[in-house]
Amino acid sequence: MKLVTAVIKPHKWEDTRSALESLGVTGMTVSEVSGYGRQKGHTEVYRGAEYDVALVPKIRIEIVVEDDAADEVIDTVVRAAQTGRIGDGKVWVVPVETIVRVRTGDRDQAAI
Amino acid sequence: MLTLVATLDTGDTAWLLAASALVLLMAPGLALFYGGMVRSKSVLNMMMMTFGSLAIITVLWILVGYSMAFGDDVGLGLLGDPFQYVGLGQLMDLTDPASVTGSVPTILFAVFQGLFCVITGALVSGAIADRARFGAWMVFVSVWTLVVYAPVAHWVFDFSHGGHVGGWLANRIGTIDFAGGMPVEICSGASALALALVLGPRIGFGKDPMRPHNLTLVMLGAGLLWFGWFGFNAGSALGASGAAAIVFTTTLVAGAAGSLGWLVLERFRDGHATSLGAASGMVAGLVAITPAGGSLSPLGALVMGAVAGVVCALAVGLKYRWAYDDSLDVVGVHMVGGLVGTLGIGLLGTAAAPTGVDGLLLGGGAGQLGKQALGASVVLVYAFVVSGILGYLVNRLMGFRVDEEHEITGIDLVIHAETAYDLHSAAGARTIGHGSSGHGILASITHGTQEGTR
Repeated sequence: MKLVTAVIKPHKWEDTRSALESLGVTGMTVSEVSGYGRQKGHTEVYRGAEYDVALVPKIRIEIVVEDDAADEVIDTVVRAAQTGRIGDGKVWVVPVETIVRVRTGDRDQAAI
Repeated sequence: MLTLVATLDTGDTAWLLAASALVLLMAPGLALFYGGMVRSKSVLNMMMMTFGSLAIITVLWILVGYSMAFGDDVGLGLLGDPFQYVGLGQLMDLTDPASVTGSVPTILFAVFQGLFCVITGALVSGAIADRARFGAWMVFVSVWTLVVYAPVAHWVFDFSHGGHVGGWLANRIGTIDFAGGMPVEICSGASALALALVLGPRIGFGKDPMRPHNLTLVMLGAGLLWFGWFGFNAGSALGASGAAAIVFTTTLVAGAAGSLGWLVLERFRDGHATSLGAASGMVAGLVAITPAGGSLSPLGALVMGAVAGVVCALAVGLKYRWAYDDSLDVVGVHMVGGLVGTLGIGLLGTAAAPTGVDGLLLGGGAGQLGKQALGASVVLVYAFVVSGILGYLVNRLMGFRVDEEHEITGIDLVIHAETAYDLHSAAGARTIGHGSSGHGILASITHGTQEGTR
């Protein structure tokens, strides 16, 4: 099992979600996060004073999938969330040891 | 402004009652305007400085403040007799000539003026956002009411009439100040500058971003301020009169022109017309018209409002150059805008307006401009020096600033034990006690009353 984590632009969240649903992904955890990469934030002006705002709002999606589905999920996220401009985000995958469904106690494959 | 007609007029009284309530509405308006501009960790403290001023200044005004401002002069036109109207009970007998001011009850005039002091004190707090101890602020603003605001109001607002002797600027010099360019705007701005210097800049000032956390609150607060400002300015006619109608008009025009002036300047300087600019410019225009509402034509008000919008938009940048942290620009907007309005009377005044004096640009000579300049500079220096000394003493005796750690953590939580926004209602807060002891009957109840039951 793999945990796929994607950090994407907020306005691409709806496109990404529907693309993942079409792929058959049945659930995910989503959080509003902030951070920065190479684009280093942006500038805002208040009463003439310019502020460099380092942290940019992003959406983080976490999905646990079976090993052989990970690549497809990655490709789907990249296709749906890509704008080609700086700040599009990242996707990464890490192995998962165990999963338990709280309601039933089911483990691993049965709990995905 | 005040001529003694010993009979009450119901229309005039009705308008001043309504106008007083409008001025009161400026307090929550200012709290929203200021609260939206600070960071989310200190919005409650910002609003509490206004609400605290509302409470303590009202009480002090009823006790001695009104007498110090509007009691019979104790000498040289510097201060009213502090004991003349202690508690205001002396003004309840309406057959006594002293209980009628113009055509309205003097007790109503007294509360109307008291609310001016509330707004002025609350304005000062904008200079010390995010870092002042609430108790120290309350002590400061209390003494400030008596030693700064009340004397200045006496000088500028207290006209001699009948056997009553008023203040020196209004009566001996002949300054014109319809609704408070000197006692309210210049006085709050100069006091704010002094406090900003006494407290010093916020940690990270000029380096870290200190963005307004909620500009929608700022816009709402600015709108309420403008609404209340009609009571402030047109109410200062002390009657439902032609003068009130003219001042109402100039107040409307100046706010609109101020907003446009600021927006145009920042559009060309910074590239964007911002919502904070629209709100700030509006306030700048209203600040300038406050002393001048009764002295200008509507077109004169348009010019003054636009000039104030532009000049204040430029003035707010000075704090970065000179490194004083007037956090919410009380100096740049209120002191500078107040100077524009107070001096502008001497330039743009027209004899056709209620105060009846032509300014320099309308062929009236420089005489009135000189009087305005004298009044403005005396009030500026007095408010700056006395507020500075008072702030210094409070700082020495009590400590005006919170600890560095607490300032970074957030003043709301440390000073008031509250947070303004609960945006994560899934994380449960539990009832652990009732009262400060923590051992109340609720201590044993384990289900949450704040979050769990929502």
